[in-house]
Amino acid sequence: MDRYQIQEVIGSGGMGTVYRARDTHFQAVRLVAIKEMISNIADPLVRKNIDQIYERESNILAALRHQSIPRIYDYHTQNDRAYLVMEYVNGRDMDDLLTATTTFFPEEQILNWAVELCDVLEYLHNHKPEPIIFRDMKPSNIMINQQNHVVLVDFGIAKVFESGSKNTMVGTQGYSPPDQYRGEATPAVDVYALGASLHHLLTLRDPRLEAPFSWADRPIKQINPNVSDELVAVVEKALQYSADDRFKSAAEMKDALLSVARRTGTLIHSGMMSLPTGSSSTTSRGVKALWIFECEDEIRGTPLYYGGGLFVGCYDNNLYALDASNGEFKWKYATDGGLPGRPAFFDGNVFVGSEDQRLHVVSARTGSVVWTYFSDGPMRSSPRIAEGHAFIGSDDGYLHAVNVSTGRASWKTEAAAAIRSTPCVTSDYVYVGNEAGELLCVDFRGNVKWRFKSKRAISSSPIATPEAVFVGSLEGTLFALDPQSGWTLWRFRLGKGTVSSPAVSGKMVFIGASDNVIYAVDAASAKELWRFTTEHQVSATPMVYKDSIYCGSVDGHLYCLEMKTGRLKWAFATEGPITGSAVANEDIIYFGSTDKKVYALLA
Amino acid sequence: MGNFFKRLFAKPDNQRKEITVPRAALVQASEASTAPLDENQIEGLTRAHRIEPPQLVVGMGRNQGRQRDNNEDALFAHTATISTSSATLPLGIFIVADGMGGHENGHIASDIAVRAMSNYLFKNLHASLFGVHPEPPQESLQEIMRQGVLRAHEEILRAAPGGGTTLTAALVLNSQMTVAHVGDSRAYSIFLDGRVQTLTRDHSIVKRFQELGQITAEEATVHPQKSMLYRALGQGDSLEPDVFTAQLPQPGYLLICSDGLWGVMTEDELFDIVVSAPNPQMACQSLVDAANDAGGPDNITAILVRLVE
Repeated sequence: MDRYQIQEVIGSGGMGTVYRARDTHFQAVRLVAIKEMISNIADPLVRKNIDQIYERESNILAALRHQSIPRIYDYHTQNDRAYLVMEYVNGRDMDDLLTATTTFFPEEQILNWAVELCDVLEYLHNHKPEPIIFRDMKPSNIMINQQNHVVLVDFGIAKVFESGSKNTMVGTQGYSPPDQYRGEATPAVDVYALGASLHHLLTLRDPRLEAPFSWADRPIKQINPNVSDELVAVVEKALQYSADDRFKSAAEMKDALLSVARRTGTLIHSGMMSLPTGSSSTTSRGVKALWIFECEDEIRGTPLYYGGGLFVGCYDNNLYALDASNGEFKWKYATDGGLPGRPAFFDGNVFVGSEDQRLHVVSARTGSVVWTYFSDGPMRSSPRIAEGHAFIGSDDGYLHAVNVSTGRASWKTEAAAAIRSTPCVTSDYVYVGNEAGELLCVDFRGNVKWRFKSKRAISSSPIATPEAVFVGSLEGTLFALDPQSGWTLWRFRLGKGTVSSPAVSGKMVFIGASDNVIYAVDAASAKELWRFTTEHQVSATPMVYKDSIYCGSVDGHLYCLEMKTGRLKWAFATEGPITGSAVANEDIIYFGSTDKKVYALLA
Repeated sequence: MGNFFKRLFAKPDNQRKEITVPRAALVQASEASTAPLDENQIEGLTRAHRIEPPQLVVGMGRNQGRQRDNNEDALFAHTATISTSSATLPLGIFIVADGMGGHENGHIASDIAVRAMSNYLFKNLHASLFGVHPEPPQESLQEIMRQGVLRAHEEILRAAPGGGTTLTAALVLNSQMTVAHVGDSRAYSIFLDGRVQTLTRDHSIVKRFQELGQITAEEATVHPQKSMLYRALGQGDSLEPDVFTAQLPQPGYLLICSDGLWGVMTEDELFDIVVSAPNPQMACQSLVDAANDAGGPDNITAILVRLVE
């Protein structure tokens, strides 16, 4: 080994180290990669056997000639070490590219790589006398060289070397097909692993971190809507569970990829608003408003449905009461400020907070005032009524507990910063966020039990289940907190900050964020279940109704998504950003928009 | 059995010394060994006098089994209770690791796994739990659990290369538990009403075939690759543990065990032994005995936890 001058370590894995070295036999600088493998097998008989296999395999590899396979120059074994000297590939492996990227790769790029990979597999599989099965196709074994061509590294030879006592793990979990776990090594194994690598490239979801064979749980187009249907079909065929259902050969897969490239040509897919193929035929055009009611200014809050009436706060300072069945005006009640929140109903009266610093209580039937309660700042929070009290926050920095019959405060708790979040009341505590980034847990006597600190404002309204309190923060995180201690159970990173509030259904939590996305997250494990990207920020709170999620976006649409998958069922366009949430009653969805209108749609 | 029925039928007025078990109920309960508790029994149990402060009661069992030459399983259990005027906090850390058969470093891997994991948890939770002026931890509990598993994984790669192990760990705070899991050891919630829920998902290839409907549950139990794992500590470069939070079964038990136990027993059998034992310690010994009676093909480890309040 004196011939080679080691320059640096370029990789190391479970079985050894790869060095970059200079071959001193040549005057001109020739760089080589030297792979050193260390055996930890003690049994001399097994060792001898393995050495023989290694030598045979090295011989085979040294005879290979293909532009996507590094040349083997030399090999030898020495005590418990084996060395393989090969062509040095100047480039990056695909795993690095995947780690580094923040955006999806262009489809054409992936197509080019895929065709080249099929080509080299075709070459290996047609090797005589015995086909060579790569057995470990995955991004970390694919290099992209300076000319943007693929080179396969780390041949199965390493696997031969490290066989022996290892029998619990086969191939690389995530990329390997079921048949490989059964010990089969056929061309179909490589076809599948190539399909898995392409899936990873297209979706940027690492299959090693998912259960094996779980492709059906994360359809490509749901994650990356820009991929052509044709390419999706090729990848899906390569990923069939049963080897017989995959491409018969790498050559057949290559043909399929080439025909995708021909058919799709230059690929332009807006994707955003287009419906996935095969979904229901309801389109945006199919959804008609049952009725529309126009106010005199923007509606930023959420309506309240109660007993056939719809109550909506508006920035024209009025609380409107409409007949929910036909949108007819019943009455309006004027305050001296905008009404950003959601009204609440209790005992025949409607409660609503106003930027005129007051909590207003008016008769639901007549719209006449019952009482008003003053705070020292605009009330942008919404009232929640429980235990004979209306709980509401104010920009004055206090959480107010107002007795519903007297209209007087039983207590107020200092939050030290404006409260725009709406309190969540459970049988034990009241939870509310503030603009200093705290979430407060307050008992029914007004004592703070705990404070949780996030880095940015919590304008989002918490929602509590027996397991956790969920809340979003402007720091770009959805938190799950222990209801008793306020300790963080988990945090889920959003692309940007949020003022949207979480909604919960069963084991799923939904929230929007300023990165334009509506997220669905598993409540127990914080795993992302799906995401749906709108065309602008999502400040609204998702609403769960039956099997669907309804959520408005600043792009002006109300989206109806399948709860389980996030697939778009329909989108309804308004003429202004939607920041409030929708409400549902008997299959009718009600919501307001900053285009000044209140809409009623069929769910 | 006496303590159990005492607890089951204890009068709310704390007359613990008197055993006032209706004879009929006693006979019925002992005969109905494979049936869930009846409603009277559950009511009797749930209405039993309150125990203050709420506390975790834990039992453990660890046995080589009848067919293995060594024991590659490891366990860790720790409970503490803080009860002051400002807070009452029952706390527990419970870990089971099953070193992988056929690996030279199997027993070392499971040993490192429980030590590295418990060590990481104590380091990162110590100030929050036992500090004089406790503050919540900076990281989320799930992140702490995940990091603990990753540390254990790295430690095995470093100190016992080639070794592999499962790891199922639960951090119990109050009535909530955060579980981290890799491999095919299991955590169960056993409810006194007869429900037995498997909380964890086996990372075994056979389980995956079963989930996909390729083989049946019966076929899975005799499948030649039934112990082949697709995820284990010390194996592979990247590791993604399953981490989740759940409520401690109440009234009921948390059971964490290796496949030497669950592989030879049905859920009904687990339930019967757990609820008929006088305490969690005896329950675990009975579980080990039962697994050995069923052939004891593998190492057997069990931790049984009950929140008494």
